Amino acid sequence: MLAFILRRLLVAIPTILILIVISFILMFAAPGGPFNTEKPLPAAILANIEARYGLDRPYLVQIGSYIWNIVVHFDFGPSFKYRDQTVSGLIAQGFPVTLTYGSLAFLVAVVLGVALGIAAAIRHNTWLDYIATGTAIGASVLPNFVLAPLLVIVFTLWLGWFDAGGWSGKGWDAAVLPVIALSTSYLAAIARITRSSMLEVLNSGFIRTARAKGLPMGRIILRHALKPTLLPVLSYLGPAFVAMITGSVVIDVFFSTGGIGQYFVNAALNRDYSVIMGVTILVGVLTILFNLLVDILYAWIDPKIRL
Amino acid sequence: MSMRTLAAASALAMIATGALAQGATNPETGEALAEDQTFSYRVLDEFPSIDPGLIEDVEGSHVARQLFEGLLNQDAQGNVIPGVATDWTVSEDGLTYTFNLRPEAKWSNGEPVTASDFVYAWQRAADPATASPYSWYIALMKVANADAVVAGEAAPDTLGVKAVDDHTLEVTITQPIPYFPQMVTHTTTFPVPRSVIEEFGDQWTQPGNMVGNGAYVLSDRVPQERLVMTRNENYWDNANTVIDTVNALVINDETQGLTRWEGDELDQTDVPIGQYPRLSEEYPDEIHAVPNLCTYFYHVNMREDSPEALKDPRVREALNLAIDRDVIVNNILAAGQTAAYTLTHEATAGWEVPEVPAAAMTQADRNARAQELIAEAGYGTDGEPLSLEILYNTDQAHQQLAVAIGQMWKQTLGVDTTLANQEWQTFLDARKNGDFELARAGWCADYNEASSFLDVMTTDNESNDSRYENPEFDALMEESRTAEDPLPIYQQAEEMLARDLPILPIYFYSEDFLLDSTIKGYPYENAQENWYAKDLYRVAEQ
Repeated sequence: MLAFILRRLLVAIPTILILIVISFILMFAAPGGPFNTEKPLPAAILANIEARYGLDRPYLVQIGSYIWNIVVHFDFGPSFKYRDQTVSGLIAQGFPVTLTYGSLAFLVAVVLGVALGIAAAIRHNTWLDYIATGTAIGASVLPNFVLAPLLVIVFTLWLGWFDAGGWSGKGWDAAVLPVIALSTSYLAAIARITRSSMLEVLNSGFIRTARAKGLPMGRIILRHALKPTLLPVLSYLGPAFVAMITGSVVIDVFFSTGGIGQYFVNAALNRDYSVIMGVTILVGVLTILFNLLVDILYAWIDPKIRL
Repeated sequence: MSMRTLAAASALAMIATGALAQGATNPETGEALAEDQTFSYRVLDEFPSIDPGLIEDVEGSHVARQLFEGLLNQDAQGNVIPGVATDWTVSEDGLTYTFNLRPEAKWSNGEPVTASDFVYAWQRAADPATASPYSWYIALMKVANADAVVAGEAAPDTLGVKAVDDHTLEVTITQPIPYFPQMVTHTTTFPVPRSVIEEFGDQWTQPGNMVGNGAYVLSDRVPQERLVMTRNENYWDNANTVIDTVNALVINDETQGLTRWEGDELDQTDVPIGQYPRLSEEYPDEIHAVPNLCTYFYHVNMREDSPEALKDPRVREALNLAIDRDVIVNNILAAGQTAAYTLTHEATAGWEVPEVPAAAMTQADRNARAQELIAEAGYGTDGEPLSLEILYNTDQAHQQLAVAIGQMWKQTLGVDTTLANQEWQTFLDARKNGDFELARAGWCADYNEASSFLDVMTTDNESNDSRYENPEFDALMEESRTAEDPLPIYQQAEEMLARDLPILPIYFYSEDFLLDSTIKGYPYENAQENWYAKDLYRVAEQ
């Protein structure tokens, strides 16, 4: 087990390096640059700025020194667009925000999604199943950029329960609309996976044996069916958790939460190279970590799997 | 006497009226003041920088104008009024300006503001090591040696600015500029605190580190969320300041901005595109459309490899005439914009729009003339089929205009258009490299003077994406720099553009916003919209 974890962590290093190099290549291939605006800068001034940020050096040197600064100094550099900020500073400011609403959304999505999926599977082909499946499909086709404004219309403009946006200096209620908007489509996906997985498990031999023995249904579900049901759900949850805690551009832009979700799109549009790299590496590292965690959980749930 | 002129009052006048204690009424107008003197406004995006030396955008300069004070300020009409400098003198040849600084001006840490703070700030802005995107502004002011310093060919301390003594600043310029005092209201010229910058380096603009000399200090900043400024107790005119807290909330989505304005979380927000007519019925007292010194136009590609048709002046004129600007400003945009037949925004200071032929005609006449011209050129309905591509950056508003203009050209001239949209950076690249036939542009003045528009079309200008190269035009612009009265020369230049049509002007921008009716003192008539929170105040609700 320990050897497995160690091996996976060692593989992660070249993976991250490849991620960095590919991102760099894509970035340099994109037209434009971080300092292009409607008013082009005079050549001398552009040269000054590029020299300041080291963009005048050959690409290989730039990649090399970028990696060196991270490895040796843990320095992700300054933002090219937001010149008062460093990449670490922006992430340190924004990540706790997305981590908060993302974790809450994850909890909501998992608890409600699994419950909905199980309920639908147990009452297969009844009105409960139809309602649950219908809700799940409806929620998964409703994109959050449609859902978010709808929530604001209902809860802010009509009912007046929550503010339309903002985060710092506000209470728990600032998280309500972002959590609903973010969790809905994940909830739907989890419900659908749980339902079909549970149906498969319920039709398998060992469940039939359990029922033949006369075990009560509740006990069968909890003791025997739940664990194998969750295996496919689990493989979905790893990447989903990473996606949720790193936020969503729609949530951050729409609710002005100040999270890091917006940087995935904004930084690319701004050609803010250092921020692009920062958030890419963050997501890369988190994805590797949580995939590893999922694999460990797999082995714990399913004794057939050996690490 | 308005709040603005009050702020303009010299130190002497202030002493004469006595320290004006903050009370329940405005000392000047007698209006009852609200208890909570907070002003909150929406900004579109996080500020690229709030360091006066690095600021390159309008939003950043709004913040710097609260946190710092330059030599001169602007009043509600945009005229210069004393700031840190109480007055100034100009040498006879117009090349040496001497500013007298008020001795009571202090930094927020209590240190006095001296002439050497300005010297340091100007040298720093020009220094290549600072890598300021606005270092060209120091060169634009024609400060002696600025070009060499910016290019790294001379040391920053050779710049033509020096402290004669603590309260006397002397600036040497290489060419007389009649509007020079207006230029020192710009944020790039604001003083910055050397000791603080040397202590904290790039981190000096963080809350807690930042020291300024304006009416407010930075008290909180959450990137992409908010920036909060509170009263600077050390500001020399603090006694006359009414607003206690200024909140800039970053809200990317303009509809959300409106929702939060309607929820009273904001005092000021922009009018979302297309909502002006509805909102002006709903909030007639709170909606404002003021001129914004930007002009919307299409670049015509004048390069060698551009389509033959575009090289024909008759075709360009036909295209220009067939654009029904009245439909565009009244029916499509419908938010206070005005039709443009020339480049320089009509509200520019000291500017009179010359009556170019196209502007004087009715649209029916224009269309008739356009049809004649396109027929003469042998294109359109009865001639060779012509199809042109309009390039714009991906945006609904630009698309709407391109569709409408394409329709006008199709109906009037029989010219087809295809639309091409590109992501912003790709678009800028394509336009710069000449990979377009017609490309949209929105040009905003850097300073309130016609040359800030017209210079764009000179041969050497980096923004001349049409690649209009006309030595006569260049000569006119050169002549205007030293002219006693440049207005007729500028007008001549506009007439030349209206004849050659390297650009098709479309409309003059307006800025549309909602402002809570309890906020008073807003400078609606300042064409650059340079507002100073110290001149605003909130009256008690009736």
